Amino acid sequence: MSADRVTVFLVDDHELFRKGVRAELGEAVEVVGEASEVGAAVEMIVERRPDVVLLDVHLPDGGGRAVVQQVAPVAPEVRFLALSVSDAAEDVIGVIRAGARGYVTKTISGPELADAIRRVAEGDVVFSRRLAGFVLDAFAAGPGPSADPDLDQLTTREQEVLRLIARGYPYKAIATELVISARTVESHVSSVLHKLQLSNRHDLTRWAAERRLI
Amino acid sequence: MAHAIIEPVSSETRSIPGRWARSPTDRVLSGACGGVGRAVGVDPLVLRVAVVALTVVGGTGALLYVLAWLLLPQEGSDTSLAVAAARDRGRDLAEVLAIGSIVLGAVLLVRATGVWFNDAFVWPFLLAAVGLAVIWRQAGDDDRSSLLRVVDRFPRPGTPTMDLRSRRAALARVVAGVVFVVLGVAAFLAANDAFSAVSQGVLASAGIVAGLALITGPFWLRMGRDLALERRRRIRSEERAEVAAHLHDSVLQTLALIQRNAEDPRAIVTMARRQERELRGWLFENEQDLPGAETLAAALTRAGEEVEGLHGVTVDVVSVGDLPLDERVRALVAAAREAMVNAAKWSGDLTVSVYAEVRDGEASVFVRDWGAGFDLEAVAPDRHGVRESIVDRMARHGGRAVVKTAPGEGTEVELRL
Repeated sequence: MSADRVTVFLVDDHELFRKGVRAELGEAVEVVGEASEVGAAVEMIVERRPDVVLLDVHLPDGGGRAVVQQVAPVAPEVRFLALSVSDAAEDVIGVIRAGARGYVTKTISGPELADAIRRVAEGDVVFSRRLAGFVLDAFAAGPGPSADPDLDQLTTREQEVLRLIARGYPYKAIATELVISARTVESHVSSVLHKLQLSNRHDLTRWAAERRLI
Repeated sequence: MAHAIIEPVSSETRSIPGRWARSPTDRVLSGACGGVGRAVGVDPLVLRVAVVALTVVGGTGALLYVLAWLLLPQEGSDTSLAVAAARDRGRDLAEVLAIGSIVLGAVLLVRATGVWFNDAFVWPFLLAAVGLAVIWRQAGDDDRSSLLRVVDRFPRPGTPTMDLRSRRAALARVVAGVVFVVLGVAAFLAANDAFSAVSQGVLASAGIVAGLALITGPFWLRMGRDLALERRRRIRSEERAEVAAHLHDSVLQTLALIQRNAEDPRAIVTMARRQERELRGWLFENEQDLPGAETLAAALTRAGEEVEGLHGVTVDVVSVGDLPLDERVRALVAAAREAMVNAAKWSGDLTVSVYAEVRDGEASVFVRDWGAGFDLEAVAPDRHGVRESIVDRMARHGGRAVVKTAPGEGTEVELRL
């Protein structure tokens, strides 16, 4: 990570949107490049090694997933924050499972987006309210037959944290509410992300496919 | 970009069921199996195996296949090879007929010498051979190269210098090849007497079916194709009209309003947000809009939209699990709506977060803002209505409401049922 400002790379097939994001982020971060398609994005990301890639979930030729999958083996230190306008469950879950460190909707405000980018750059995980809802829903059904209970179920604490995120609480408020430190909140969320990425829970895939949209 | 535009169009054509055409992409020889398989929703491989099997068991497979090749147009074209052949009745057809007669004569000659196997096998193959000849005369480059590929696999003793491009020579090879196949299969079957005896009945019926198909097939095929084409055109134009009407009613109106309200950013945000929701609902959630499918989550989302429209804030509803609407759930939604209105009116926060969860039969709704908050002990007189409409309403329906707030820390209304 660079010493001063976080470096960001934008991947989105809508030029207007890229311009908007650039303008909104302003001086908060340093935008080191942008691309509108998977091939060019992978090439430039690998070459420029930004701290964070702001990644549109929907791209021609394989979507944001393809970018994550192609960059990760070459440049594992690059972190991805997924941006989506659709909120379609399988898109969100898909890009997270490919390796993105967070997911926010495109309606997010400029300062909030800058904050989310900073947090992802620092290694934190950023869940939108909706993603938290998705995860709670996907892991909601009873234990059921499970190959790996550690991966396929959420702990009570993790559920509490996710529920508060879904209710609209920032991490600091969650820490106060649960009387734990903000770091602990973060580690719970990281653990949920880990489960989301690795769990083979049947519900997770089936559920994502069934619910086209929320 | 051009790629992105072209791609959906062709996949649309490809996915329309019911159109019988030879596939230019999914092809082994002519693309007939590929195209028909897709049209009727069967794996082309199954059809290919069936054709080969029917060919081995008496030749009807080859005949049917050649018929399909002749009668089905290639995708993207409207004329089949047979139609093209019928159109130019000139020299080409005559040539085909001539060659057909020669082959026929040769076969009859062989028959007269006593080296005859079984009429039921030979006739389908003969017809197939004539069909192949017609194909050759009419075929485009695609079909030709397919044929050449196949012909190349036949042995050509003593003719290594034969020009591959010479049509006449190639045609001779096609015919010779087919004759070889006929002879080979016939010899094989003749060596298996018992087998051929059993299949006699099957072959007879197959012959009749093939004959009927041959006579009336083109008519039915053309009619079916025309109908499908017509239907597809109508569906497309209706869809276009619907989309145009919808875009006009909603998006264009909103854009006009935005231009007129350029100096009021908040109004623009509200309008854009409402339009976004509406368009999104129209595009993606048609199937969930059924009147019978009324649920807690849907009702909360709708309540949120209403509050957004009335008070110019963003109401973001996230739900986990769901419940069908009944009297009590309706009361819960009404109380939640009241809480949203309060947050929108009093908190000063532009975003209201609504979270609904159904777990073990218990429904909870949280309405959260991070605005001004207030002192619960010193509730202003005009907010007694809140108590009435939220707390009492929940109590009447066997639920409860908890208001959590402090000045400067926002407000959260928790409703349980």
